[in-house]
Amino acid sequence: MTHENHKPSLDILVVDDNEDDVLLLQESLRDEPGVNLLHAVRDGEEAMSFLRRQGIYAAAPRPGLVLLDINMPKKNGFEVLSEMKDDPQLRGIPVVMLTTSNRDTDILNAYDCGACSFVTKPVSFDRLKMIAGHLVCYWTIVVRIPKTEE
Amino acid sequence: MADEHIPQPIEILLVDDNDDDIVLLTESFADSRFLNILQVVHDGEEALEYLRQEGRYHSAKPPGLVLLDINMPRMNGFEVLQAMKSDPILRTLPVVMLTTSTRDEDIARSYAGGACSFVSKPVSFEKLKEVIKQFTLYWTLVSVVPQARLAEGL
Repeated sequence: MTHENHKPSLDILVVDDNEDDVLLLQESLRDEPGVNLLHAVRDGEEAMSFLRRQGIYAAAPRPGLVLLDINMPKKNGFEVLSEMKDDPQLRGIPVVMLTTSNRDTDILNAYDCGACSFVTKPVSFDRLKMIAGHLVCYWTIVVRIPKTEE
Repeated sequence: MADEHIPQPIEILLVDDNDDDIVLLTESFADSRFLNILQVVHDGEEALEYLRQEGRYHSAKPPGLVLLDINMPRMNGFEVLQAMKSDPILRTLPVVMLTTSTRDEDIARSYAGGACSFVSKPVSFEKLKEVIKQFTLYWTLVSVVPQARLAEGL
């Protein structure tokens, strides 16, 4: 009963202050069935409000996966990650760092704070599309993530 | 991805007490497109000895990723995960649970305990090969793991 019954559908929260990057990501995932990439939020504080369903996000869905940028205004990716991992309601949501950084210290710090994966944004769109496709395949077909119903 | 076109092979430590699964997994890894180095230990205590370079593992190379079974003798996968995540050197090492379990509570417990992925072993060999192919592709082309040398100096 493993992968045959495993319906690949995934709600992804994208936390990134760069609108061009979010658009490119949306574009590169356009052909992926079952993937909801509707919840782009622009900074770390907004991400925490979304995840904690505060204010305008009172009815926000619980994402199955978070794609988290590092350098953002107000609250950076490491702060968001640490807050998520300290929160019993949020700590089980897998977080993939998606960033322009490829610095060894950022990679190490991300895993130390509890990131599940570290992906460097490629420069070319073709490569982004390829990477986004593999990422979705991995997190829907290869891997099981916690159920999001509460 | 410092270099966008030459994927670096990663060293994987497989922790599994089932000899049949080890054979099938070894073959699946050998079959996948990317060269990965697979080391095998058979239970949780042995895994920690390997990772801490103790005893006969004093010269073991630190892996980039750990594939961890749940049900094992002496020390199970959850205990190994907890020990790793409370160890300042080992905590940065990505741990992927690889198990026959498909139970929701095992999935939730793994992620809450700091596992970075949960993979259910498919029953058929063909499906296992496909899963391992996508798995190696992800961890060589898409996601990077920390440099072992840096983690040791933390």
